[in-house]
Amino acid sequence: MSDRIAIVGIGATQFRSISPDLSYKELVFEAAVKAYEDAGIDPRKDVDVFVTCAEDYIEGTSIFDEYTPDQLGAALRPMHTITQEGLTGLASVYLQLRTGEFEIGVVEAHSKASNILTPDGIAACAQDPIYNRPLRINHYAIAGLEMRRFMWETGITEEQCAKVVVKNRKNALKNPFAAYGANLSIEDVIKSSCVAEPLNELDIAQPADGAVVIVLATEAKAKALTKKPIWLRGIGWINCTPTLESRDWAKAIYCEKAAIMAYKMAKIQNPRKEIDFAEVDDTFSYKELQHLQAMKLGCECEMGVWIDTGMTSLSGEFPVNPSGGSLGMGHLLEASGLARVYMAVKQLRGEAGELQVKNANTALVCAWRGIPTTSGAVAILSN
Amino acid sequence: MGRRVAVVGAGMTKFVRRAQETGKELCWEAAKMALDSCGMTLDQIDCVVLGTAPDTFDGVHMKGEYLSDGAGALGKPYMRCYVGGGTGVFAPIQGWYHLASGHFDTCLVVCEEKMSSYQPHPQGAFLTIFDHTTERPLKPNLLWIFALEMNRYMTTYGFKKEDIARVAVKNKKNALDHPAAQIPEQYTIEDILNSEVLAWPVQRLDVSPVSDGAVAIVMTNENVARRVTDKPVWVEGVGWALDTAYWTNRDLCYPRYVEVAARMAYQMAGITDPAHEIHVAEPYDPFDYKELHHMEGLLLCGKGEAPIITAEGKTERDGELPICPSGGLLGVGNPIAAAGLMKVAEIFWQLRGEAGKRQIARKAKRGLAQAWGDLMQVGTVIVLGI
Repeated sequence: MSDRIAIVGIGATQFRSISPDLSYKELVFEAAVKAYEDAGIDPRKDVDVFVTCAEDYIEGTSIFDEYTPDQLGAALRPMHTITQEGLTGLASVYLQLRTGEFEIGVVEAHSKASNILTPDGIAACAQDPIYNRPLRINHYAIAGLEMRRFMWETGITEEQCAKVVVKNRKNALKNPFAAYGANLSIEDVIKSSCVAEPLNELDIAQPADGAVVIVLATEAKAKALTKKPIWLRGIGWINCTPTLESRDWAKAIYCEKAAIMAYKMAKIQNPRKEIDFAEVDDTFSYKELQHLQAMKLGCECEMGVWIDTGMTSLSGEFPVNPSGGSLGMGHLLEASGLARVYMAVKQLRGEAGELQVKNANTALVCAWRGIPTTSGAVAILSN
Repeated sequence: MGRRVAVVGAGMTKFVRRAQETGKELCWEAAKMALDSCGMTLDQIDCVVLGTAPDTFDGVHMKGEYLSDGAGALGKPYMRCYVGGGTGVFAPIQGWYHLASGHFDTCLVVCEEKMSSYQPHPQGAFLTIFDHTTERPLKPNLLWIFALEMNRYMTTYGFKKEDIARVAVKNKKNALDHPAAQIPEQYTIEDILNSEVLAWPVQRLDVSPVSDGAVAIVMTNENVARRVTDKPVWVEGVGWALDTAYWTNRDLCYPRYVEVAARMAYQMAGITDPAHEIHVAEPYDPFDYKELHHMEGLLLCGKGEAPIITAEGKTERDGELPICPSGGLLGVGNPIAAAGLMKVAEIFWQLRGEAGKRQIARKAKRGLAQAWGDLMQVGTVIVLGI
């Protein structure tokens, strides 16, 4: 029995700041149809297991699992919800296929962020109800505190964080899926209104609507279905502490541990040399740098130099978020990780058009669930 | 099945109407008991799976993240599955696929529910489960739609309330022997029929209570199982199926999704005649008619036969096919996800001969637990054997 698992089909909608013409079901349906067509499969016959990643509060529906099967063609089939990031959902399908009981699996995540009337209120509900919520801390203040501590410990400056925003939103201009492509200056970012010092408005990825569906298959099935399977060589997912009081405010330890898990599985010794580009969570500008550092792609002192010298730009030596990341494409709530996977697969297949990274053979994808969690996942993909 | 997976330990808190402990603390208590029961410690656990139902009960967004440290997931690979009421039996299925993948050796599975935080009554959390456009404006209540289902079942086969009330009497009596039970009681059929009507034909004693509680089990691969216990209980088959959200288009007299899930599990376990090859079962019984409904969906008897074999006493603890020997949700309590995992723990104890006063009379080598959830929509089934 082979344990190799590959991505054989991808589908996504365009990501938009609003989508008044479509329901979340229609968004998911569109992404699903594209993914099934890409993989050349019929969901009613060929898919063995389905997973949706969704959270009740974000959907505005209690027990949202009820509404997951129809638009995926999964009614009366093995399907379940993972209330986590899309990339953890991908890990779930990976595990299910590795049991040897199933051959093809599908993971879906979506965002209908424009439907959410009170995002701050929902974010507040994610804080510990006894110890933290009574303090009425805005979730951006938590990000501001973390950004401050990260900058203090690493020597990264506000300008360097702003450069991440400039880079990603510029990349997004070339990405037909992206909602927030723009040609900004460092000054634009630093002078944008302050949200929670030192976090400015433009340091924050704006929400977008959209859906992503990914089809995975075992080695034998993958080879039968496609000439360009993208192998899921490694995956790791880790939870650290949910409490604000006991966490490390400078380091993304969840990301470090998840990367170690993924590298070990992919047998990667020297990530910087063996990986060609990365699609990394950039919910906030500093998060891209913090995550790169956590994944040992460069030492603490290097991250500032990387961004200063354009090493992580589209034409640089190690492109990071060539798609534009969440800052450029829009933050897709639980679907952000799968959007990163989608763009990485496009690159590895050589189908990224204007965004194409040269010699893209191995990609790293990193996802994070957002404030106030310390929950993340890392995947290694190769063509 | 490929790699073998075993259940090696189990623990549970007492099920109560209102626990003083936080959800995290309930998780920790159950997890500690499960680990202690097999002489293992948290640092021997490779990954953690959590099951818990709607976030609205606790009013905590991303409840899985909030409960993670209590469940022992600090710094570990951690997943939370969610299939509504079916979650409690799905969580061990998720534990199974973590281990059967060959990726991990040990997995701690924790299920928790704290419904009492919802004021004034957790029924309110269910008002937002309905379709926001077509159903929610009608303000349906969970009891109403189950009343529809119960009525349909009774009407289709011509059953009377008495035929169904027997289940409540049996389960609440069985629970008298369960040290963690919330509402064990010796009732007569008359008592059930005379209880307050909630939504005809559902009466108060037809329904399981609102509960707080947590249950945990330890699952391992074959190597570890042989090392830590002489009596591993093997996962022989798993199945799950989720039907369409459009429940109004379903024939409510038969849970087809449960049959689909059961057939998947039976095929994996190599079972062709479930009525004889399953020796003890814990079908989901949040309402008394649901136990009957699910026995039929699980193919443990023919359609419309469950009330008949119940009346014959076959499903009693000393009967041919003991059903819900634990006391079920009707007797032990219904902290949603934890209640499902309680059923899995009960089969584990029954097969090991460790159920104490609840031990069934017949010799059992293979048992089954099943849960159900969402909008009368999902079936989750696990077959365990020794």
